[in-house]
Amino acid sequence: MKAKKAAIEARGVSRVFAAKGQQAVAALDDVSVTINENEFFTLLGPSGCGKTTLLRLIAGFDFPTSGQILLYGEDIAVLPPFKRPVNTVFQNYALFPHMTVAQNIGFGLEMLGKPRTEIDARVSEMLALVRMEELASRKTSQISGGQQQRVALARALAPKPKVLLLDEPLSALDYKLRKDMQIELKRLQHETGITFIFVTHDQEEALTMSDRIAVMSKGKILQVGSPHDIYDRPAVRFVANFIGETNFLKGIVRPSGKVKLAAGAEIEAVAPEGAKLSGEVTVVIRPEHALLVKPTQGKLKGVVDNIVYFGTDTHFHVLLDDGSEFMVRQQNSGGAAADFAKGDKVGVQIAAGTARILKD
Amino acid sequence: MVDVKAQPGFKTMALICLVLLYSPILILIVFAFNSGDIIMRWEGVSLHWFGVAFTNPEFQNAAWNTLRISAVATIASTLFATLAAIGMTRIKPWPGMKTAFMVINLPLMVPEIITAVATLSFFALLAQVLGLNFGIGNIMLAHIVFCIPFAFMPIRARLEDMDLTLENAAADLYATPWNAFKRITLPLLVPGIASGAALAFIVSFDDFTITQLVAGPGQTTLPLYIWDQTRRPMTPEINAISAILLLVSVLFITISFLIARSRK
Ligand SMILES: Nc1ncnc2c1ncn2[C@@H]1O[C@H](COP(=O)(O)OP(=O)(O)OP(=O)(O)O)[C@@H](O)[C@H]1O
Ligand SMILES: [Mg+2]
Repeated sequence: MKAKKAAIEARGVSRVFAAKGQQAVAALDDVSVTINENEFFTLLGPSGCGKTTLLRLIAGFDFPTSGQILLYGEDIAVLPPFKRPVNTVFQNYALFPHMTVAQNIGFGLEMLGKPRTEIDARVSEMLALVRMEELASRKTSQISGGQQQRVALARALAPKPKVLLLDEPLSALDYKLRKDMQIELKRLQHETGITFIFVTHDQEEALTMSDRIAVMSKGKILQVGSPHDIYDRPAVRFVANFIGETNFLKGIVRPSGKVKLAAGAEIEAVAPEGAKLSGEVTVVIRPEHALLVKPTQGKLKGVVDNIVYFGTDTHFHVLLDDGSEFMVRQQNSGGAAADFAKGDKVGVQIAAGTARILKD
Repeated sequence: MVDVKAQPGFKTMALICLVLLYSPILILIVFAFNSGDIIMRWEGVSLHWFGVAFTNPEFQNAAWNTLRISAVATIASTLFATLAAIGMTRIKPWPGMKTAFMVINLPLMVPEIITAVATLSFFALLAQVLGLNFGIGNIMLAHIVFCIPFAFMPIRARLEDMDLTLENAAADLYATPWNAFKRITLPLLVPGIASGAALAFIVSFDDFTITQLVAGPGQTTLPLYIWDQTRRPMTPEINAISAILLLVSVLFITISFLIARSRK
């Protein structure tokens, strides 16, 4: 693996909005993160967690209250947006309505003072890349949402930025188009080798597209890691809860290192770095990492409380002995259906190495 | 919600209002086409009085004055209004901005006769103390000032409606603030400016009160000319002139309306 070079680095960045007569809001609170060159990096978090604010600071539309933002090791605090080699795909696309598709795409190069021939060549190249050749001379108000999205992408890519910022670019698209564009975006990132910083609040989108994900909440970055890290090894409750479905179980760490669950069983659980390994802890287990078995075979015991059928899989809600609820997801493989009915006494088996202790 | 149109008597009321509003104007226009000499006695259809009006040197002189004044007032007030609107929507809020906004819109609220008297006093003072009198320029100056709020309103509305991310996007694509203004903001502002200019033009074009007080001898405008004519034995010529004035006003209001409607 070759050494990674940092494209963007945020060091202790805060952005506090203080309006007169109102309480100050920290849209970003001491955020530090490094985004590597050629990486597809995703900022994932619920509405209002500060994703757009972070992008705006990187693009230069707004400035940090404190902290530094480095681009390839250089502090860009004093650079106005038009001097930053960073381009943005805006959440609402922000295409220039009085210009054609081709004029929109060529705008950045034109502003950079490139010669006409070079601009035209690059615009054609970009039109081909996003498969929009036929619509080059249309006004941007006369094309569909998906097409606008591709123009916005081509416009931002045309000047060959070092970093491309994408603010929920797919959120306005319908499901099918969204899936197509996800694949197309991945392809574009691969072909251009540009660093993508992608914002979304859709966890599935984040998991399928990213090299690394930063999960944000209330102006803080809670965890940064690969999709596997984030999904399989959530460090804190918020991350485990926000991404996928999870069972939270209370327990106490035994001197042996095992965790004695409130629901009865004693299990092995992996702890992340920095987690305390004594006293009361929370253990998370993904529903698909558990299996329903006969009461005699399972570590945890309970009663099937509810069964929800999802087509590809079935969710069994089990009421454990201590009264807590536990969900098991079983894939519908087409073979013999899991023959558990509501009210049945069952055991729950947990796949080895999948239970995780949380930091909080 | 209550549908007003379904209320009993709505149609009758609407009809009465329309008749009250438009029948005098309609009668005025119809009699402009009267072939007879007496203003309110119908004799037959003809364009005679339009011909009389157009060849009347007094009318020609008044029309020429009006056009010059309106053109200058429109251009100058629109320019000023555009700058003011940009200053109030694109620059960080500055102390005194609210006051400036009030001052710009003051002519809309002050009774016109007050503005007229004030303007007259101002020019009288100017002439007395500094010996300055710009002739027809006095009227132009007065018109520029009271046209500004009319031009300002649609321009500001357009600027406020405009998506600020467009300007961000321009900056993101390496446009300097000046280039962003020239290539993005200004082209998108054109309908607002055009609409404002059309409004300023009609307001100046048919102004009577202020012009009446400020105008010196030989500086008759069309509204003043019509006023003068009504104080003499009237012929349908005055109807013809009024109809022309009305046509120009309606034309510009329509232009302004169409431009305003075409904005998205
Ligand atoms: N100009 C502003 N003035 C005051 N508060 C602001 C401003 N911009 C953002 N905020 C606040 O900062 C917080 C973060 O906003 P931000 O737009 O970054 O959220 P986001 O993560 O992009 O959310 P979404 O997913 O809804 O786009 C929010 O609480 C928001 O209300
Ligand atoms: Mg946002």
